[in-house]
Amino acid sequence: MFTSEMRESIKKVEQTRAERMKTEPERMTAEEKDALLKAFHPDYRADGFAEIKVGPNKGQKAPKELTELLHSNSILLSENIDLSKIDYDCDVLVIGGGGAGASAAIEADEAGAKVVMVTKLRIGDANTMMAEGGIQAADKENDSPVQHYLDAFGGGHFAARPELLKRLVMEAPDAIKWLNELGVMFDKDEDGRMVTTHGGGTSRKRMHACKDYSGAEIMRNLRDEVLNRNIPVVEFTSAVELIKDDKGQVAGAVLLNMETGDYLVAKAKTVVIATGGAGRLHYQNFPTSNHYGATADGLVLGYRLGAPLLYQDTIQYHPTGVAYPPQLFGALVTEKVRSLGAMLVNKDGEAYAHPLETRDVSASAIIRECAEGKGVDTPQGKGVWLDTPMIEILGGEGTIEKRIPAMLRMYLNYGIDMRKEPILVYPTLHYQNGGLEIGGDGFTKAISNLLVAGEAVGGIHGRNRLMGNSLLDIIVFGRNAGKAAAAKSRTVEIGTMNLDHISAYADELKKAGIDTGKTSPMLLPKYARHER
Amino acid sequence: MSNMVNVYFYGKKYSVPGDMTIMTAMEYAGYTLSRGCGCRHGFCGACATIYRIKGDNTLKTCLACQKQVEDGMYVASIPFFPTDKRTYSINDIKPTQQIMMELYPEIYSCIGCNACTKACTQDLNVMQYIAYAQRGEFEKCAEESFDCVACGCCSVRCPAEISHPMVGLLARRLVGKYIAPETEHLKARVEEIRKGAYDDMIEKIMQKPITEMKELYNTREIEK
Ligand SMILES: Cc1cc2nc3c(=O)[nH]c(=O)nc-3n(C[C@H](O)[C@H](O)[C@H](O)COP(=O)(O)OP(=O)(O)OC[C@H]3O[C@@H](n4cnc5c(N)ncnc54)[C@H](O)[C@@H]3O)c2cc1C
Ligand code: SF4
Ligand code: SF4
Ligand code: FES
Repeated sequence: MFTSEMRESIKKVEQTRAERMKTEPERMTAEEKDALLKAFHPDYRADGFAEIKVGPNKGQKAPKELTELLHSNSILLSENIDLSKIDYDCDVLVIGGGGAGASAAIEADEAGAKVVMVTKLRIGDANTMMAEGGIQAADKENDSPVQHYLDAFGGGHFAARPELLKRLVMEAPDAIKWLNELGVMFDKDEDGRMVTTHGGGTSRKRMHACKDYSGAEIMRNLRDEVLNRNIPVVEFTSAVELIKDDKGQVAGAVLLNMETGDYLVAKAKTVVIATGGAGRLHYQNFPTSNHYGATADGLVLGYRLGAPLLYQDTIQYHPTGVAYPPQLFGALVTEKVRSLGAMLVNKDGEAYAHPLETRDVSASAIIRECAEGKGVDTPQGKGVWLDTPMIEILGGEGTIEKRIPAMLRMYLNYGIDMRKEPILVYPTLHYQNGGLEIGGDGFTKAISNLLVAGEAVGGIHGRNRLMGNSLLDIIVFGRNAGKAAAAKSRTVEIGTMNLDHISAYADELKKAGIDTGKTSPMLLPKYARHER
Repeated sequence: MSNMVNVYFYGKKYSVPGDMTIMTAMEYAGYTLSRGCGCRHGFCGACATIYRIKGDNTLKTCLACQKQVEDGMYVASIPFFPTDKRTYSINDIKPTQQIMMELYPEIYSCIGCNACTKACTQDLNVMQYIAYAQRGEFEKCAEESFDCVACGCCSVRCPAEISHPMVGLLARRLVGKYIAPETEHLKARVEEIRKGAYDDMIEKIMQKPITEMKELYNTREIEK
């Protein structure tokens, strides 16, 4: 499968392996990291960003592709939607069928609220399903929520909102317990102790996993639970605009049946946005690890209603996306591969950095190696080696099959045996650090009955996120949103419903002299090729 | 670039680059996917597909996002298959053989044809995990079915009309909740937090100025 140039380089990787394994590459100092990020991290590329000209974050920057969506008019601007014909009427409307949405739906149902979930594809067709590596929680004796706080706060460049981060770390053990009691099969030893490892930037081994199907195992349990509870799940149905009432509250959403093109109206006392990430916007032309529906819809919807964004200018590029073979380009190679001992090695066989630096540092270092001629050429660009055979040497034969079976299978499909040969990686667009701003209670500050949970939230992690803290945040903040929404719905009275904010936004755009000629949200990326 | 190959989507011929997956090749051919496409990376099972290569009568199953196109491939996607999930309350059931009999009695009609195993897109020994489920050996069933992505390809082929992924899922939930040993350190930590053991410390660290936090972070001890 490998080209002859790749084969030549593999020889060097093999030659240096024994020597490399004797020492651990040094970690970078804070200053070295800063300099590296400024020089090579995509967030520092000015031409990847544009200024937002309207709305609450006016004057700030966002990735160009997101700015364009924020600068576009609603799909519904020229539609006439009859809001008096209500298709769904509920206490809690959950938008998005990933881990955050499912957790919210379960807890809201548990609290006795009438819940409806709408989701773009099927429930579980979501980034949550794809998470491989694991989920953090400080539940071991040598660890504590305070230590977890420190790791996450530092890893996020000291920018996390303290009240959000506090909830994340303090409720982490309970989140794991909740999942375990739903039936999630965590990796445990015979005595029931969790098998935990490091992730990039952790100071304690607190990464819990379910082999390398962690997200899938969590998502399929949550999905099963939602279905067992008979919570209505409306699949292939996207929210395309939020509805407001005359009191300034959110009052539901206009939905689009993705198959028939019909619009539907959902009325709700509270709304939870759990629409996830934005990988399919392909910022700076990066490939992505995200699912098909990750197009930042929730951000666009919330923003048009007046909810501010936070840290929308910080994106996580996962250092190890697949660089080769071409069929897997951009797919994720879980960080666990490095947790288990594989080193990052350049074309010449040098371990140029510690394998477990935080993701932004690690990604920048790969981009640097490739920019400085130390990357291996691939059909779609360049890459560096991830020396996977080291895992079998360190952990014993069979470790890869036992701990990262999904990775092994993915590569074997294309004739690459990662137990015997290293694999080629390059950063892939992975995670949206920023999103809609919420308070410690999960509500947006601008709209009193609108909540946000999961990857659509900004501020929990700051300007970078550690592996394992996102699966955690969707459970912690998803559950919280469900409970809080259910409680809130008891006191909310919805007034007269309207979509006036759509034309108000259009006026603002016009005043700012902006006309993208497009509409938003995007819903799905456009991959179909048409010859004419 | 790469060689072009001829493939047939729902019987209609298209010429596509040979290094594409079925999914990207369909998009290359002009299809806008709304069904049959979820994660695009082999985890969600949305893209179950059945195909046959021209000149060969064997029907094969795969995930469209993980399978490279081949010349003469006849492709039909199975964006939905009516597998039959039974509902139950996880808190009210017990991990006994009885529960499988109640919820999925059809597993006892398995005729041992092995069509499910042959169809599995994840190369799992599906017939075996159904056999474990029949015998109430839930841990083995859970282990064997763990990598299941619920694509449903096995169920499409099963003469006994079994919904295999649902059976595996039930076994795994039973193992996760009831059979796997309990985690004492987890229970203890949840209890400590509930009692407020960390309340002061967390408030303190939240109040610390950034300079002090930087110092703490950069000098923190890292577990080997
Ligand atoms: C490949 C991969 C590996 C990862 N590995 C890890 C890991 O090991 N550890 C970790 O902690 N984190 C990991 N992450 C990150 C983590 O999985 C995600 O950030 C998290 O699961 C997001 O959950 P969510 O519920 O917010 O969003 P999602 O799970 O993406 O769910 C959002 C849902 O909303 C739907 N939706 C979107 N727009 C609309 C709309 N307009 N109307 C209706 N529905 C809509 C989507 O289709 C989707 O179903 C990984 C992410 C990826 C992509
Ligand atoms: S066992 Fe699971 S992965 Fe295998 S074919 Fe059946 S549903 Fe698909
Ligand atoms: S396909 Fe059905 S009948 Fe045949 S072995 Fe599998 S479960 Fe049994
Ligand atoms: S699209 Fe998810 S497995 Fe293929």
